[in-house]
Amino acid sequence: MGEFTPFVRTEMLAPQAPPVSQRGAIRWLRENLFSGPLNTVLTLLGLAALLWVVSHLGPWLLHSVWNANSLTECREIIAATWGEGASGACWAMVRDRWHQYLFGFYPSPLYWRPTLAFALLFVAIAPVLYSQLPRKLLLLTAVYPALTFWLLWGGSIWVPVVAMMGFGVFAVVFRLAQPRFGVPVSAGLGAVATSLWWMFAQAPVAAVLQSIAPVTLTSVDSDQFGGFLLSVVIGVTAISASLPMGILLALGRKSDMLLVRTLSVGFIEFIRGVPLITLLFTASLLLQYFLPPGSDFDIILRVIILVTFFAAAYIAEVIRGGLAALPRGQYEAADALGLDYWQAQRLIIMPQALKISIPGIVSSFIGLFKDTTLVAFVGLNDPLKGITQIVRADINWKGIYWEPYLFAGSIFFLICFGMSRYSMWLERKLKTDHR
Amino acid sequence: MAEHAIDRSKMKVSDEVAIQITNMNKWYGQFHVLRDVNMTVQKGERIVICGPSGSGKSTLIRCINRLEEHQSGQILVDGTELTNDLKNIDKVRSEVGMVFQHFNLFPHLTILENCTLAPIWVRKVPKKEAEETAMHFLSKVKIPDQAHKYPGQLSGGQQQRVAIARSLCMKPRIMLFDEPTSALDPEMIKEVLDTMISLAEEGMTMLCVTHEMGFAQAVANRVIFMDKGQIVEQNEPRAFFNNPQSERTKLFLSQILGH
Repeated sequence: MGEFTPFVRTEMLAPQAPPVSQRGAIRWLRENLFSGPLNTVLTLLGLAALLWVVSHLGPWLLHSVWNANSLTECREIIAATWGEGASGACWAMVRDRWHQYLFGFYPSPLYWRPTLAFALLFVAIAPVLYSQLPRKLLLLTAVYPALTFWLLWGGSIWVPVVAMMGFGVFAVVFRLAQPRFGVPVSAGLGAVATSLWWMFAQAPVAAVLQSIAPVTLTSVDSDQFGGFLLSVVIGVTAISASLPMGILLALGRKSDMLLVRTLSVGFIEFIRGVPLITLLFTASLLLQYFLPPGSDFDIILRVIILVTFFAAAYIAEVIRGGLAALPRGQYEAADALGLDYWQAQRLIIMPQALKISIPGIVSSFIGLFKDTTLVAFVGLNDPLKGITQIVRADINWKGIYWEPYLFAGSIFFLICFGMSRYSMWLERKLKTDHR
Repeated sequence: MAEHAIDRSKMKVSDEVAIQITNMNKWYGQFHVLRDVNMTVQKGERIVICGPSGSGKSTLIRCINRLEEHQSGQILVDGTELTNDLKNIDKVRSEVGMVFQHFNLFPHLTILENCTLAPIWVRKVPKKEAEETAMHFLSKVKIPDQAHKYPGQLSGGQQQRVAIARSLCMKPRIMLFDEPTSALDPEMIKEVLDTMISLAEEGMTMLCVTHEMGFAQAVANRVIFMDKGQIVEQNEPRAFFNNPQSERTKLFLSQILGH
């Protein structure tokens, strides 16, 4: 038998502040950097590495030259100011060639067009990214693709307008067919009608409208596009098209319908099993064989389609992970309340599955955006390799090495970091589970 | 059980048939889960289904709104037969409410949105009207002040009461309860049972899978005991508990009441 004193608590204890030694900077240092011999050694090694990098990179950045007309001049200025043998960055190249990094060979009097399109991009994506903005702004988002196409490529305004009407055709066919045939069949019918519209009605209708009301901008060819203009055009289009496509593929992969499931699995596994560069070569060479003869398909458009397919396959798998994380009870509760398949997906399943998948989806987007530099392999002037090669081919900048990559790299970093921060903000905002 | 005397004035069993199950069988692969189940539920009945785990009681009530598919026999709910016809399934589901063991509230929606979602999208009720209905039922389950919180902020008992309110917002004619108190802390079981009792007092047709024998004695007009996928015994509660006929029932009752 153990010894104990019977005890009854008469007063409950109030909570108190933690002792002073549990707070403050010294405690933080001890806990995070010097908590034991191993951690102390690692901290010191880390500091040494940091010092080494800064001591090498620091002078190079400090000796930067911004005003010069050639690499040789840069080197002369550095040698004159900092002594023979000193190294320094020659940012004068950026000053001289920034426009090519941004626009490629886009005609310089027309720079306002991509610039305006880029500015409007923020207006167009704002209501998509921030749900607290008025929903009416989404109308602008809807016309943005056509407007941008017209601004960037120029030509008759009726070409993109009539192309957008194709989506109107889809909506009409879908709405008429849906009560009768259900969602998947009607979507198929709509897609067929839209393709027919684009193949046969597009050109004559646009020509007729153009003859009635000619509105034209100077047209710019796709091979004049380059630099970040090209990356952003491909990146933004592929990102916005691959998300809905990825959702449909993920649902298709989980579908009860054998044909839909087989097609989705086949598509996803084929695209994921093939390197992006193979697909890009397909885009530049092979795609022409599969299209009806005589159709001249723009190279940028072809690349966008293949990059979209590539990203959609990955996103489909990311979303499938999100779907798998949802408890079965969510489906059952939606069913028990009488919601049909598409209502349940839209209102219950997808909002939660997409929320879970945000980090994966945004990773795919970031990967996609960086992969746009691979278009260099099909002869397009991407900002990293394409434009840098062109700049180095200039006798004035021959031999410049680090600066172009640092410049292009830091712009990529800014955009990708922005996407990453947005996704973290979105995750916090959508956090309602209070775990 | 309930401190107040239960008001039996509206607890009337009518002659109208609410659910009719005839010769129903179900298999999971090779496993015969439900064997030749026959059952008629009158409008206004309060039925408690009990039995050992794996006896098929949950599967049985999940067949009634087609969360599970039966392979032979017939299920008629309010005259509508459950077949592969999606229209019939949706019709039955919008008439039959269901409360789950793990509540299954939608965590990304507020309590109010949880309650208005189905009325707005399935019944096409205007948003404002749906919200008024939702507040009415949330008051009924005694949590109107939590309407703008998220499910994750509520206790288990509160969540289950919201789940009941969410079902009621569809104005169902039949309510199915699948072990509604099994996932709750003992302190919270009573608040959920009280909600269910007040629902019974209003004359709701209820099928309840539960081991709360006090609830069964207080409100049920019939207790069904299932074992190995079949109905072994059914009787009115007093006779069922005081004078069980089958050996299997006696054993089961001695195990759940014996301690």
